[in-house]
Amino acid sequence: MGFILVFWIAALSADGQNVVLIRGGTVLTVTRGTLPNTDILIRDGKIAQIGPNLTAPPGAQVIDARGKFVMPGIIDAHSHMAIDNVNEATNPVTAEVRIRDVVNPYEVNIYRALAGGVTTIHSMHGSANVIGGQPVTMKLRYGEPVERMILQDAPRTIKFALGENPTRVHGRASQGQFGGGRENVTPATRMGVEQVMRKAFEMARRYMAEWEVYERARQAWERSRRRGPEPIAPRKDERLETLAAILRGEVIVHCHSYRADEILMVLRVFRDFGIKRLVFQHVLEGYKVAKELAEFGAMASTFSDWWAYKFEVYYATPYNAAIMHQYGVNVSLNSDSDELVRRLYHEAAKAVRYGGVPEDAALAMITLNPAKQIGLDHRIGSIEVGKDADLAIFSAHPLSVYAVCEMTLVDGVVRFDRSKDPDDMRLAIDPDESLEDAYVQFNPADYDRCMLGAEAHEGAWMGGVDLYELVEEMMAHKEDRP
Amino acid sequence: MRRLLCVGVVLGFSAGAWGQGIPPSRTGTFALTNARIVTVSGGVIERGTLLIQNGKIAAVGPNVTIPQGAEVLDCSGLSIYPGLINSYTQVGLIEIGQIPETRDESEVGAYNPHMLALTAINPASTHIPVTRVAGVTTVISAPTGGLLSGQATLINLHGYTPEQMAVRPSVGVVMNFPSVGRRSLFQQQSEEERRRQYEQQLRQLNELWQKAVAYNRAWEAYERNRSGEPPLWDQRLEALRPVVRGELPFLINVNAERDILAAIRWVRERKIKAIFAGVAEGWRVADSLAQSGIPCIVGPVLALPTRPYDRYDRAYANAAALAKAGVKIAIGTFDYYNARNLAHHAGMAAAFGLPKEEALKAITLYPAQIWGVADRMGSLEVGKDATLIVTDGDPLELRTQVRYLFINGWLVPLVSRHTQLWEEYRRRAF
Repeated sequence: MGFILVFWIAALSADGQNVVLIRGGTVLTVTRGTLPNTDILIRDGKIAQIGPNLTAPPGAQVIDARGKFVMPGIIDAHSHMAIDNVNEATNPVTAEVRIRDVVNPYEVNIYRALAGGVTTIHSMHGSANVIGGQPVTMKLRYGEPVERMILQDAPRTIKFALGENPTRVHGRASQGQFGGGRENVTPATRMGVEQVMRKAFEMARRYMAEWEVYERARQAWERSRRRGPEPIAPRKDERLETLAAILRGEVIVHCHSYRADEILMVLRVFRDFGIKRLVFQHVLEGYKVAKELAEFGAMASTFSDWWAYKFEVYYATPYNAAIMHQYGVNVSLNSDSDELVRRLYHEAAKAVRYGGVPEDAALAMITLNPAKQIGLDHRIGSIEVGKDADLAIFSAHPLSVYAVCEMTLVDGVVRFDRSKDPDDMRLAIDPDESLEDAYVQFNPADYDRCMLGAEAHEGAWMGGVDLYELVEEMMAHKEDRP
Repeated sequence: MRRLLCVGVVLGFSAGAWGQGIPPSRTGTFALTNARIVTVSGGVIERGTLLIQNGKIAAVGPNVTIPQGAEVLDCSGLSIYPGLINSYTQVGLIEIGQIPETRDESEVGAYNPHMLALTAINPASTHIPVTRVAGVTTVISAPTGGLLSGQATLINLHGYTPEQMAVRPSVGVVMNFPSVGRRSLFQQQSEEERRRQYEQQLRQLNELWQKAVAYNRAWEAYERNRSGEPPLWDQRLEALRPVVRGELPFLINVNAERDILAAIRWVRERKIKAIFAGVAEGWRVADSLAQSGIPCIVGPVLALPTRPYDRYDRAYANAAALAKAGVKIAIGTFDYYNARNLAHHAGMAAAFGLPKEEALKAITLYPAQIWGVADRMGSLEVGKDATLIVTDGDPLELRTQVRYLFINGWLVPLVSRHTQLWEEYRRRAF
């Protein structure tokens, strides 16, 4: 990975012990409306007080926010940032794999996201598998080791995927499309996706039952003072353990989805297995079944601009968020991109433009609503006393295109300050990197980051020669790594 | 390795069936009254009338006599701007990215100066109304791939045939300038390999250019006196004749610093017309670009920096740096399905240093000048095409709505499949 160059401003070392006063900003609380000319006092990383004319205790760091707008740190419910592997594209069910094992906390994109007011991301597996694996929730404490980036006490989540991606990677590849050369693997269709899911849950149920039988036998054996043969435990299976945790309601399911039919399918399957904690990701046809989503209590994380890059997104509309919101669905706007994540506040503005979502509700779509979707709304997502001091300070109202994020605080620590922004914010330098190297970014829309790492196995064509080569190159790059 | 997808169902879209729910445009004499008129070229009229007759702007001003029979649209509280021009897209050439059958932007081979984008523009593409309702009335649609991709076209997003849409059927031959830079973060070729490839491509390009010059000379000689045998006809070289003669520019995609400098030299040595596109690292060489006098289509603005060690906002601030140095700039989105976000790109450039007026000009007047159509569009002046938008605010702002849209005097309904889906599903019958 090369040597690591760490440089940081002194303020960061005070992490956790600091007192900060943000003075005189227009505070967009999200839950309690807009408070003009209001101070926020932060103590030990938490919001201690909100109100006019607060007194700064001696030694407090004072941030002048007069004429500026303070909003809760932005939360991205769908990210692939700071992770070294995206897809374990070897089986339609890989519930056991964990993103937390492959986090790279020194990726410069984390700093770039901070510069867009983002403080928390939910970094996920890709969408190659029906049941892909376990994402990780991170606070963007850029410059800190991986254990400090990961929110250790965040609720567990898992990524599911429906539609074209899992059918293409598994069933259709085995049918000789997209490179072929694999064993026959279901799913090749949306029918198959349902049955893969049902089988997985049914096996988890049986697994749980086996363990229950064992536990009971074990208890009986203990009670009988260990007479007779000791009961033998069933085999531990990480995959089934994870699926069982879903059935027990301990894991929030985040399900990559596009079409209305497959969304309804998941609702049926989850009803049958009594699973309630469900967030649909992408959910571009959520507008067609917003009523059913609301009835189930499923949440939705979507975008306004992504459409037409593949067939299952051809019937998207930027009014999707507004329609789902109107039916009472909890809606968030996510990035799924290291580029888009830097301007999620613009995505909130688009929810106002497309469908007239009220401004506070639109801001909630990038703060409180994603916090609910990752199970952390008691700590983050709004400006309230007692919550984490994750804040972004903008030069103008963040729903304006002219607004620039000037400062971002995570747990009361300034992690981005535009006035002190150096030219190079990398923490990890690749020793082989030439100073002459430049690469020109693909339009993020041109590829499906969800599918990185999956396509190379299948040789699938993702919308252009360049993209195909990009994925190949990326895989080669990965293999070069120790 | 690229396989065909089975998508017979998709093929229906070209028949325009999905456009059936969109009411037809209508034309006539329109008086847009009580409007704030942002002429772009001649200041702002705080409260005035704009008269549209015979597809043209017939009058603009605070005191305009409204002819009898004119349809009056009261624009109180609204503003009129020229239609927005997106200077680099693939609108109409690509329908669904991952379905090859719906892509017509890239032909086989490295040298295709004879390919005409206008030929493959699908007037019934869903992308056209989607882009249009956001206020983008006019786009450059450019082919991609190889070293010479083909000829880009300037079209209005309105019409039943490519001919009706075309403002200038061809505005230049697209060139992807050979690059020493990496094409992606993950490209693993060594610097030496890349350098070798670059030199080879440049050699081929130079050879082709020499041939084109010789070909043009031979034909000009023949055309002067029509004696003897005509020179051998060549489809590719024929397509390059207008470029050799300086009648048509090369539209050169170039992004990395060294490539931009090399491209400036390449153009200067040959004394040809050129327009640069992309120019992601233009800010590094802004003065050289300004000196060259080559106009630049900047974009996408909404992008990551080209190098990991660059300041986070380099892509946002690039347009401002170029404009400040004196480069003539226009902005493009460089995509097909988010071409409607043109004003968003311009707004972001404004947030990061480009004066708001310049940002507006970069999507109206400047592209009109760069593409040679400033006599017809780009500002609100008498005699220009009535291609304009009426908005409820600053068109660069994300929340601003377009209220009326005219293309060549046609009042075009603000309906797209996106708005139709909204209308249908915002309240389901059951």
